[in-house]
Amino acid sequence: MSETESSTSEVGELSRRPGRERGREDGKFGRYGGQYVPEALMPAIEELTDAYERYVLENEDGFMDEFRERLADFGGRPIPLQRADRLSERYDTEVYLKREDLLHGGAHKLNNALGQVLLAKYMGKERIIAETGAGQHGTATAMAAAHLDMPCEIYMGERDINRQRPNVFRMKLNGAEVNPVTAGRGTLKEAISETMRDWATTVENTHYVIGSIVGPHPFPVMVRDFQAVISEEARAQTIEKKGALPTDVVACAGGGSNTMGSFAAFVDDEAVALHAVEAGGSTLEVDEEAGVAPNSASLYTGEEGVLHGARTKLLQDSDGQIMESHSISSGLDYAGVGPELAYLVDEGRVNPVAVDDDAALEGFHRLSRTEGVIPALETAHAFGFLEEHHEELGDRVVVNVSGRGDKDLDAAIEETDKRDIDEAPDMSMFTGGI
Amino acid sequence: MSDRTAETAAKTETGNSAAIAAAFADGPAYVPYLAVGDPDYESSLEYVRALDRGGADVIELGLPFSEPIAEGPTIQGALVRSLDAGMTPDRFFAFAEELDVEAPLVCMTYYNLIYQYGSGGAGSASDASGGPRPFVERAAAAGIEGLVVPDLPAEEADPLREACDEFGLDLVFIVAPTTVGDRLDRIMGRVSGYVYVQARLGTTGARDDVSDQTTESLDRLAEYDVPKAVGFGISAGEHAERIVAGGADGIIVGSALVDIVAEGVEDGLSTAEVADRLESLSRELKEGAERGYAARVGAAESR
Repeated sequence: MSETESSTSEVGELSRRPGRERGREDGKFGRYGGQYVPEALMPAIEELTDAYERYVLENEDGFMDEFRERLADFGGRPIPLQRADRLSERYDTEVYLKREDLLHGGAHKLNNALGQVLLAKYMGKERIIAETGAGQHGTATAMAAAHLDMPCEIYMGERDINRQRPNVFRMKLNGAEVNPVTAGRGTLKEAISETMRDWATTVENTHYVIGSIVGPHPFPVMVRDFQAVISEEARAQTIEKKGALPTDVVACAGGGSNTMGSFAAFVDDEAVALHAVEAGGSTLEVDEEAGVAPNSASLYTGEEGVLHGARTKLLQDSDGQIMESHSISSGLDYAGVGPELAYLVDEGRVNPVAVDDDAALEGFHRLSRTEGVIPALETAHAFGFLEEHHEELGDRVVVNVSGRGDKDLDAAIEETDKRDIDEAPDMSMFTGGI
Repeated sequence: MSDRTAETAAKTETGNSAAIAAAFADGPAYVPYLAVGDPDYESSLEYVRALDRGGADVIELGLPFSEPIAEGPTIQGALVRSLDAGMTPDRFFAFAEELDVEAPLVCMTYYNLIYQYGSGGAGSASDASGGPRPFVERAAAAGIEGLVVPDLPAEEADPLREACDEFGLDLVFIVAPTTVGDRLDRIMGRVSGYVYVQARLGTTGARDDVSDQTTESLDRLAEYDVPKAVGFGISAGEHAERIVAGGADGIIVGSALVDIVAEGVEDGLSTAEVADRLESLSRELKEGAERGYAARVGAAESR
């Protein structure tokens, strides 16, 4: 904690502290990471690595200055850190909300999407493609592409399209094409595979804006660096408000971009406990015969393997086939996780926890009713964790509100109607959609 | 490597497998691909035998992975049919053992299946014993003579390369139209058996034309001794002819053959009917390749 004072002056600066150097050199996080991609993509990721080093790390041509300016003017940063009065009282600890739901677009996703679309522009690319699960990354990419005047196509699983219609509409309003993916179960995993296939054909003029800290190097480090603004701000804001670092930082984890964004600036602050809350789904038991894991808890239950360009922790069967994951929140519904998080979990630096669908939905209602903030169902897992584990936490807890829940209203109504939840209003009049 | 038996010590100038080297030794090699177990185990055995009768010099057998990021829709469809019918790595090896074909067999699959094999699902982070060796050992025992792993770049391939050398398998790498300079050297330093020259950018799939990128790729590879087999988009005898006339040592054909299997499923054709079609397209491709070779040799001799 001796750095507490000096670090307050680093607000908004790209951190140069050692934890942030991890992975930059060779894309390896201990045994995880790497570049497991078809040969046709290798030149593209080498070109991207070079651009990342020059523009992001060296600020060549003032790239990072322009990125920060646009993140402020277009995105609305810095984002407040808000004390949650009722939750603080309920858990007898200071609970602070990092309000990424207030970022333009309603989720943390714009931090990365704006960074990558701008980078594509600096690289002279003429077309943007991206995958999306819940639609949050797709909408963020579509708005960044419209803002920077780049043509944009989004791949989205057919099942997710049906679950997230308002986001599909938003992407189209911003001028993006939305390509349905019908392979497999039609969720994020299939959408990533399909976007990689597009990229393999179009690498020369196209940049693939990956939506999380997953994929081949340099994506995991680059996305982390764009998202790190969350923890850079939160660290300075906690110090400013309380004169000390938080004791705990809590973030939900799917692929892990809001998670790593929330943790990055704290990784070297060893006194700060970091909790990655995964989707426990309906159960942590897997159905090997059907190839289904009814959860998305790859950090908590997954095993090492290679998927989508990186070695990481995966939900897979004993042969190595990737399992279909499940979560009440489509944004967490992914069988893999960022390699850096896999590494930090093995090192004991990050505490992986699973919170099931029921607890997440209760968290959704609790935050909505008591604090006036309707969280995304992804984010709601972090509040399920708070309810279940608050006794294990210290006295200054920062929770990242990774996104707002407007996109999830139909799903929330349907799922609430199936359950008996104390804090929930009667939803029966809304079933069938609003 | 030191304790290799006389039988597996058949290391050649360009690789570990004598049978693969022989396939490219005199005349062009016809290298067909099918997904094993598509649409079911028994039919698939008949289909691979049909390729052999049709003149296959090497046969690439696809072991399906759930996330085949390098494949276009045709081969994705085949891999899904095979997985749905219950294909697993162990059944794949049983299939290879049951096959009684002349052509040497090469397994095409994705790295996660190779990496997990034999770990019994215990490939957890605390267990560092996971790795490619058990898969390669089992493949060698099943009579597989080479591997192609589309998502394994040269940079990550050393453990697999070592295992292949230990058990006498070749490791085939794919070279794309965009592969140049240091990357090309790195790949060519690790490849054995043959190099898979990707004729154009993109994923697998049959196309009507043959790309100019092919000729450029073959020119770039001319200085390397290892045989060059061109794949991606070859679907007819005249493509095969043109590509071999242009300098290829072999042709790799996947999607056009998989399309025949898919049509058989859609139209409810008998296994024998589908096998006949596979054999007949194989003959056409092989003959096209031979015409191209004759033209090239003729041109060289008249010079």
